[in-house]
Amino acid sequence: MAHNTVTVRAGSIARARLVGDLIAYLLILLGAIIVTLPLVWMVTTALKQNYEVFLFPPRWLPETPMWSNFAYVFDLMPFGRFMLNTAIITQLNIIGDLLSCSIVAFAFARLKARGKNFMFLLVLSTMMLPFQVTMIPQFVLFRQLNWIDTFLPLVVPHFFANAYQVFLMRQFFLTIPKDLDEAAIIDGSNVLGVYWRIIMPLSGPIIVTVVIFSFLYHWNDFLAPLIYLNSEQNKTLALGLASILAYPAGGQGRWEILMAASTIALAPCIVLFFIGQKFFVQGIALTGLKG
Amino acid sequence: MNTILTRRTGTAGVRHTARFSGWERQQEIWFYALISPWIVGFLMFTLGPMVASAIFSLTQWDLLTPAQWVGLANFAEMVADPLFWNALRVTIVYALGSVSLTIVVAMLVALLLNRNIRGQQFFRVIYYLPFVVSGVAVAWMWRIMYNPEFGVINLVLEFFGIQGPRWLASSAWALPSLIIMSVWGFGGNMVIFLAGLQGIPQHLYEAADIDGATGAAKFWHITLPLMTPAIFFALTTGLIGALQAFTTVYVMTSGGPGNATMVYGLYLYNNAFKFFKMGYASALAWVLFAIILIVTLLQFKLARQWVFYETEA
Repeated sequence: MAHNTVTVRAGSIARARLVGDLIAYLLILLGAIIVTLPLVWMVTTALKQNYEVFLFPPRWLPETPMWSNFAYVFDLMPFGRFMLNTAIITQLNIIGDLLSCSIVAFAFARLKARGKNFMFLLVLSTMMLPFQVTMIPQFVLFRQLNWIDTFLPLVVPHFFANAYQVFLMRQFFLTIPKDLDEAAIIDGSNVLGVYWRIIMPLSGPIIVTVVIFSFLYHWNDFLAPLIYLNSEQNKTLALGLASILAYPAGGQGRWEILMAASTIALAPCIVLFFIGQKFFVQGIALTGLKG
Repeated sequence: MNTILTRRTGTAGVRHTARFSGWERQQEIWFYALISPWIVGFLMFTLGPMVASAIFSLTQWDLLTPAQWVGLANFAEMVADPLFWNALRVTIVYALGSVSLTIVVAMLVALLLNRNIRGQQFFRVIYYLPFVVSGVAVAWMWRIMYNPEFGVINLVLEFFGIQGPRWLASSAWALPSLIIMSVWGFGGNMVIFLAGLQGIPQHLYEAADIDGATGAAKFWHITLPLMTPAIFFALTTGLIGALQAFTTVYVMTSGGPGNATMVYGLYLYNNAFKFFKMGYASALAWVLFAIILIVTLLQFKLARQWVFYETEA
């Protein structure tokens, strides 16, 4: 008797669980469609002919994909030049972020020193400082140095570490067993040796995370380039894209061209994300929690 | 037993210190040597500019003619400036709307995904994707989607028989449009929440099951309290970011229609680099900093009342 009720209850619980899972699954599927729809719409629009953009009822897929829309973007404005500029700046920034942040994070995670906690608090507190506060004096400084309309103001500050990535890397470095450092020191290695031969080789996931983060940030950065770059040949992708309506025949109503340009600009971000997502998503999840 | 243990660790400790005393001093030197890039950067690009900005805020300066000392006049101007109050209001509405909605959506999706659903990894990546794309391209994408006549959003609404609003072209809907768009990037928080959910010990739920707790009770009394540290993280970092919003607004509305979406960051930028009122813009910047500082410190203070840390239990 008792046995019977238990099985009946267990059965209904299992059934309720199954129905719940099914509903959850449908919701998740629906959510995934909603979330990806904008990007899909962007790409399909990029492949349409101009008249197809404004058809009613809407045409979801173009009749024949207009690959020439992408080529047109490069005719419309020096898009290749913009890409090259952005690539140069982004690459230098990644090197700067990775080198400076990993060394600083290493010091915070692995070395003992008086005043370390205070210094770390100071690092973290800069996260609260809006760029807008330092933006004007920095502009004045770089103007004094004659760096306006060069890549230098966009690159040099990033060789001096930033709080966010220092924090990210420190969290990861803390998870590496401390014995490794001591063993290396006893074997006659110095501190830099520990950093370079012990810590860095064990930090693949966080290095990938920082590289992708840096790439995404600098590739899409807008405010700083907007302030510092003004001549056409120095513009970044983001700047070119923002002023696309100002180019003759690129303007109003040419949505397919606008979306083609946007697709080109976002493609590297999406590709890189899918390549590195395994490390990336885990890296964020791990470090976001242990505040 | 106890004494032996003490003596053993004692001697080991002594030997340890003997060999490492030099090493410890060395470590301290290395520590400051290695963080020196950050210190130099902090002085040159953060502290120095902060001091300079504070001084600028007391002047009137157009970059071309010499700066004029005006004392607190910029701050007085601000109090009387309706556009300043407008920017403040718009920014606060945007930040509160965007951060709270993003957290709620992220939590709901994380809870759904946490049911150990097939393809969880795949969905996690898909939901995270919008978080990694940003900037001008995304702003264009949304601007086109929001088009009242041909944008995909109103087309979909029409399919369901709903007459969509004029979105960015309407002063009532422009700011909500920007908020909705920002929620699209909820994946960043979702990933953190999901990791948090997966870290909750199963035995807590099992114990609750034995006590006959309902699903809702389990959520309120186990899940939510244990998620508060992650929610706190999302809230603090989210607000700091949202209060500085710039790029999407610049591309999508330029602050319009009227000044309906003139967020603080854009108003500040316009004052500095469009009207060349460097002094006034610096004063605006300091007020923004003060707001962020107060909001963040307040959150840390309030956190003691609602954020639950396992060590307390």
